[in-house]
Amino acid sequence: MNELLLTVLTLSVLGALLAVILYFVAQKFRVEEDPRIDDVEKMLPGANCGGCGFAGCRAMAEALVTRDNISSLNCPVAGGEVMGSIAGFLGKSAPQQSPKVATMRCGGTCAKRPKINHYDGALSCAVVNTFYVGESGCAFGCIGYGDCIAACKFDALKLNPETGLVEVDVDKCTACGACVKACPKALIELRKKWPKNRAIYVACRSKNRGAVVMKVCKAGYIGCGKCAKVCQFDAITVESSLAYIDSEKCKLCRKCVNECPTGAIKLEGMEPLPKEPKVAAPKPEVKVETAKNE
Amino acid sequence: MRTFPIGGIHPHDNKEWSKDQAIERLELPDKVAIPMIQHIGAPSTPVVKKGDKVLTGQLIGQSVGFVSANIHSSVSGTVVDVDGYANGQGQRRLMVVIKREGDEWVESIDRSPELKRECTLSSEEIIAKIKDAGIVGLGGAQFPTHVKLTIPDGQKAEVLVINGVECEPYLTSDYRNMLERAEEILTGVEILMRAVKVERAVIGVENNKPDAVAHLREVAQKNNYKNIEILPLKVRYPQGGEKQLIAAATGRQVPPPPALPISVGAVVCNVSTTIAVYEAVQKNKPLIERVVTITGKDLKSTHNYLARFGTPVSRLFELAGLPEGDVKLLNGGPMMGRAIVDITAPLIKGCSGITVLSGKEAARGKELSCIKCGKCVEACPMGLEPYLLSKLGKLQKWDMAEEHYATDCIECGCCSYTCPSYLPLLDYIRIAKQTVMTNIRARAAANKK
Repeated sequence: MNELLLTVLTLSVLGALLAVILYFVAQKFRVEEDPRIDDVEKMLPGANCGGCGFAGCRAMAEALVTRDNISSLNCPVAGGEVMGSIAGFLGKSAPQQSPKVATMRCGGTCAKRPKINHYDGALSCAVVNTFYVGESGCAFGCIGYGDCIAACKFDALKLNPETGLVEVDVDKCTACGACVKACPKALIELRKKWPKNRAIYVACRSKNRGAVVMKVCKAGYIGCGKCAKVCQFDAITVESSLAYIDSEKCKLCRKCVNECPTGAIKLEGMEPLPKEPKVAAPKPEVKVETAKNE
Repeated sequence: MRTFPIGGIHPHDNKEWSKDQAIERLELPDKVAIPMIQHIGAPSTPVVKKGDKVLTGQLIGQSVGFVSANIHSSVSGTVVDVDGYANGQGQRRLMVVIKREGDEWVESIDRSPELKRECTLSSEEIIAKIKDAGIVGLGGAQFPTHVKLTIPDGQKAEVLVINGVECEPYLTSDYRNMLERAEEILTGVEILMRAVKVERAVIGVENNKPDAVAHLREVAQKNNYKNIEILPLKVRYPQGGEKQLIAAATGRQVPPPPALPISVGAVVCNVSTTIAVYEAVQKNKPLIERVVTITGKDLKSTHNYLARFGTPVSRLFELAGLPEGDVKLLNGGPMMGRAIVDITAPLIKGCSGITVLSGKEAARGKELSCIKCGKCVEACPMGLEPYLLSKLGKLQKWDMAEEHYATDCIECGCCSYTCPSYLPLLDYIRIAKQTVMTNIRARAAANKK
């Protein structure tokens, strides 16, 4: 019985002694840290995706607390609301950034852009890109081996086996930008997120002349420039026979969609305009249309 | 018999399909498309425009900078377009398209068939002529020859190594050249020896071509070509790699990059390049044609053609007769060749042959897991660890790939060939190598600033 008591006593004394030592060491070497960092980190989504440009949510929280001007910082996953509440908590001005969504800008489905050869190497878009143009013959189109899918931490990208193209699940996408970096063809862009998954974008990145594009893909942008002429908001620019729609300037009037002869301008989440629009004044008509849809 | 010290494999050489076909001159094409990049380095600038009349051998692309090469018209006629066209990989490159009208040559080119052996030019003059003629390595790497021959200050060439190895299976263009144009090769070697100021040259030939060795030896002895040794080498792939050939022929080991062969006193040149050098220096003929093998088990006929650059490769397939069903068309041999996806693409300087494999022959096995057998390490002629580099490439760990000498890889494909799990090792190593090279160049540029 004596040995048992002795053991318990020794361990208790040792424990108490070490606790005292640890207490003083902790006091002596305490790292002064703003307690708000922990609070802000808790408010952030904790995805550690790196979409903000920092290594993780902790680093972002530190930057939010320590920097005076936080208008350049934005967590794409949390969105404007959470950023606003964090800014309110810290007593700083809230960064105003509209939510974005990843958009895959290639419309070359298996039917419109048939495969002309069979690839037998490593199944990675980056590898295919080092070898040659890809199975379809279009040097700009989606390769379809899913480097972006592997990069996505939110399960927001999927390969549609019917079209052979990668599709974005708008509800799951957080606009962290990982897929943008992963795509060797630079097909994915973060564009303004409209309500009800609405979007208008040019689903083609080919800088080739129209005749060359048409040879390999029936859904390609051929550089006719009709869309730019019809746009009233200066949102469309055509450069080296490729149009680009600025999602910040676009008002979703859908006129360009009807003009496009190949259907390269994609419309999502909305009905297209009737084929023959009335000869009324265009501007008010646009407003009426948007009002109806909302 | 000598060979390189580490790694290597021995695939069936498959040369029997085309080795007995004498070199035939391919009929002139009606239209040629000549790419402005047919070499390693900066693309050349076109100096002709739409509507211009050009002669055979006329300069149409001016080299830009030191590591670049001139491009000459391979036919005479009218320039009909200067624009982007698809190359063999389907990528669009700037090309000059010429519609042929007759075959009129630039006057200064000596077209007589007589051998002109005497050469009294200085080293600098020879190199300048080679540069003007736009000669690049015809073994496949397309590295500008004048850059190789320009010895950096403080270094000295001791031996010239001529590459007659042709270790790539199927191809026979160098072999036919050695049999049919031995004297031109040997004269070219003499000129190159003058250019790099060496007293000794070694022509390495693999032992599966004993008739080429015997023929070269006979010609060398009969015509008194001194100090040129014809050295048979044990058959082993990739003996035609620059560093492997130096090790096999001289026993010297080139250190890892940035060291070049010249740091062990060696300069290497391909036999076909040697003929081009002879023609450029003695006959003022720029590089406008080469010998191309078209070969494959299932072809109706195989050939070794002397073809002008810019000829569409589809013409070769028409003449050889493609088999029915799926085929794999390769620009080069099965080990290092690149698949051709667009047969309207033109023939270029680096194309030593076109190999046609049936779909069944070409298919890769189903990819399994790495079983850590170490076969790839054993096969790597550069002493690298392919399984590791491939993994690093897949995981995009570029810094680690650099530490493990990804830039040393010569892309010979021994690792993928030998892998029992059919892993596409080289595919991933190649991206690692490319990315590491880009990173190194970016760092160097940043340091300069």
